[in-house]
Amino acid sequence: MKLLTHNMLTSKCMKVVTVGYPLGINASDVRVSEVDFNPDFVAKIIPKVDWNVLYNAAQSIGQLEGLPKDVVENYENDHEFLKKAHHALLEIDIINGELICPETGRKFPINNGIPNLLLNEDEV
Amino acid sequence: MWPCVKLRLLEERLQCISSFEKPKILLEQYVTPPHLGAHMLYTVQSQYGDIGGKFVADLGCGCGALSIGAAVLDASLVVGFEIDEDALGTFQENVEDQDVGNIDCVQCDVVKMMPNRFHKTFDTVIMNPPFGTKHNSGIDMKFLEVALRLSNHVVYSLHKTSTRSHVLKVAESLGAKGEVLAELRYDLPSTYKFHKKKSVDIEVDFFRFVVK
Repeated sequence: MKLLTHNMLTSKCMKVVTVGYPLGINASDVRVSEVDFNPDFVAKIIPKVDWNVLYNAAQSIGQLEGLPKDVVENYENDHEFLKKAHHALLEIDIINGELICPETGRKFPINNGIPNLLLNEDEV
Repeated sequence: MWPCVKLRLLEERLQCISSFEKPKILLEQYVTPPHLGAHMLYTVQSQYGDIGGKFVADLGCGCGALSIGAAVLDASLVVGFEIDEDALGTFQENVEDQDVGNIDCVQCDVVKMMPNRFHKTFDTVIMNPPFGTKHNSGIDMKFLEVALRLSNHVVYSLHKTSTRSHVLKVAESLGAKGEVLAELRYDLPSTYKFHKKKSVDIEVDFFRFVVK
């Protein structure tokens, strides 16, 4: 699971949860792999990303690698910044671990790179 | 015309993708045939440029034929969504075999529990949804509704030709403009015991929906 995907996941579908965001991360196995860098795509996706959540997620798994704490001004033209954002969003993969609902503590396992957000009938 | 790998090469890649080990009738787990999947994706990219450099979702991705095809066509990231654990196991094996890094996957119920922060996030949604023939009538329209919510631009999907006018009406009511790009024959190998013939052709429409 990449951090871009994590940035969008919530546990709001659970009946007792009001926001369910962001999901905490416990990672036991993290892999970093190279993905083609497309600056236009990264620049386009940044407004949709909750940057704080991305920053905290990368920090919590020890993968900050110089990621700026805030989005810089004029980021569309800042190649260095886009490259770091690209790395954080697309190149860090959580292979095994769990996601944690911030309100209920419900854990969602991540196995083989795939987070399991399925809920039991009585949780919906 | 947009840049795109050769159709033949794409089809060859899709031919290497493993399918459901034990298909489940209730989930209507039919594989997307490589020939058909390759033509779909080739059209989406070469005619409309809706895959290369885009954020792509594949709803009900199964073993990942369309997801991996979209990754091969250089989507910036493809996220597959699938409910079934067994299919996802095969999905993951396929991703490793094909050596694509621009792909991710989430196990969830597309119809009931799609994380709401994904709304309007994806540029392109592609899917081969269940057609709703086995005790789950209308499920492909539920998939379409979710797809149109997730996309900020366009959705590509397959639906039975016999339901064409209904599909177009539903899309219209959801604020999307639908268009049939092609009529296809879905060559369905006899996956399940209740199929008496060796293979059955189903007529399906290949749709493009533009989100208004």
